[in-house]
Amino acid sequence: MRPIIDIDHISKRYESGTVALNDVSLQIESGEILALLGPNGAGKTTLISIICGLVVPTDGTVRVGGHDIRSDWRAARKLIGLVPQEIALEPFEKVIDCVRFTRGLYGEPPDEAYLESLLRSLALWDKRDARTRELSGGMKRRVLIAKALSHRPKVLFLDEPTAGVDVALRREMWQVVRDLRAQGVTIILTTHYLEEAEDMADRIGVISRGQLLLVKPKAELMGEFGKKRLTIELYQPVTDLPPALAGRLERSENGMRLGYDYDTRAERTGIARLLAELAEHGIAVRDVATKQSSLEEIFISLVEEETA
Amino acid sequence: MNWRSAQAIFNHEMARFFRTVWQSLASPVLSTVLYFVVFGAAIGGRIQSVEGVPYGAFIVPGLMMLTVLQQSVSNASFGIYFPKFSGTIYELLVAPTGWIEVTLGFVGAAAAKAVLIALVILLTSFWFNGVHIAHPLWMLAFLVLTALGFSLLGFIIGLWAKSFEQLQIVPMMVITPLVFLGGAFYSASMLPPFWEAVAKLNPVLYLISGFRWSFFDLADVPVGTSLAAVGLMILVCMGAIRWIFLTGWRLRE
Repeated sequence: MRPIIDIDHISKRYESGTVALNDVSLQIESGEILALLGPNGAGKTTLISIICGLVVPTDGTVRVGGHDIRSDWRAARKLIGLVPQEIALEPFEKVIDCVRFTRGLYGEPPDEAYLESLLRSLALWDKRDARTRELSGGMKRRVLIAKALSHRPKVLFLDEPTAGVDVALRREMWQVVRDLRAQGVTIILTTHYLEEAEDMADRIGVISRGQLLLVKPKAELMGEFGKKRLTIELYQPVTDLPPALAGRLERSENGMRLGYDYDTRAERTGIARLLAELAEHGIAVRDVATKQSSLEEIFISLVEEETA
Repeated sequence: MNWRSAQAIFNHEMARFFRTVWQSLASPVLSTVLYFVVFGAAIGGRIQSVEGVPYGAFIVPGLMMLTVLQQSVSNASFGIYFPKFSGTIYELLVAPTGWIEVTLGFVGAAAAKAVLIALVILLTSFWFNGVHIAHPLWMLAFLVLTALGFSLLGFIIGLWAKSFEQLQIVPMMVITPLVFLGGAFYSASMLPPFWEAVAKLNPVLYLISGFRWSFFDLADVPVGTSLAAVGLMILVCMGAIRWIFLTGWRLRE
């Protein structure tokens, strides 16, 4: 199947010499949620801005729904909705007028029934006649989403959708994104919050210093790069670990638990040998549990590898 | 062409105007009435007539032009500068909307507002001076074309400006002096020959002259030259705006 977005060797160099993106290629499938992770200034927003038409690439091509973003820009842009990082709304305009305006910009005829259902789905219908300056930060973000969806795009870009948003609202936004995906909208989001990517994305791309380091399905990424921690609960506390084990194990303060980190990619995890060694030293094991390392730890290790 | 987007921008801009309709209308109308009182009633009492036209009536086209030029430039420049300032310009740049639609929407609305205000001033002047219009259709044509030309110029200023100060400096330092020196309150033929020749280098003189002709059949320069001047201005500005949008100057990175 043809990808809905096909990014082919895109680069962006500024006159100052700064390279914002360097030879990035990426295919995004229809209906997926792709999270782009990366530190500040990595090139995430530049990539989104190029696809949406805000930034002109130095090299490379992008196709959206098969339409080249430069030669066939009207057809390409009709398929896209963008929710920018910064909240940008006309302060004195009513919510409903904001959304109508955006729909008009995309050349769509008025459709009040659709706009009502859209505003209801984003819990904004009761605020339709409110001026945007009267809204809370979370509501303003939802207005931006409503505007971006007003012309029924096939692809929605969310640039740091929950930046500076409190935890409760962040979870609310995630639900909005999941609902959109359920309606068949392809979603590309950039985020600093690894929890966000971990919770929602089907695939994760990691960008650093203008380069796309990798793009993988979330489960595969976590499986490949993930470290696991084995927590060993003991019957009796240990005060001093035998020298042979001390380098590999981390002892809890009360001595009732031992921690062991291992790489799931390694040929041998060393768990069986470790348990045997504990038995040899007379340390009785009561229970064991494993925990997958978080995406945050994976991300840090990837970026560190790249910068090393 | 995406006509609906041009209409959306036009409606959006007009809605802004009607949100503050009294402020938008009252301020230019009040200042024009003050001109009528000071120049028409006070000074006009001492100047009996200019080329057979009572002075109070003679200044009406010039005052209307002054307002149209100021309003066209400020409406259009603010219209496009405000989205740049507030960040909402991204919407215009990511939408399937070309430079023609964006220009039609913003410039059309700015010109419409300026024409509306000018017509209110004209109505006011009937009450003050009892003005007679010799060529009403030509008067409307000059009014609309001039409003379009200067709205296009204002649009360019708004695209160029990086601050509110820059936004105001061109209207204040260039447009107002050109109007005052372009025969708003006098006929160029009243000037000594040298200054008359200098005045004819001022493009605004051609607009005011053509407009005054539509009222009184009196012109400083041939009417065809006035029409050509406003036509040329529209073409040059359209070319500049096309270049700005196609290159992305001050719009896209």
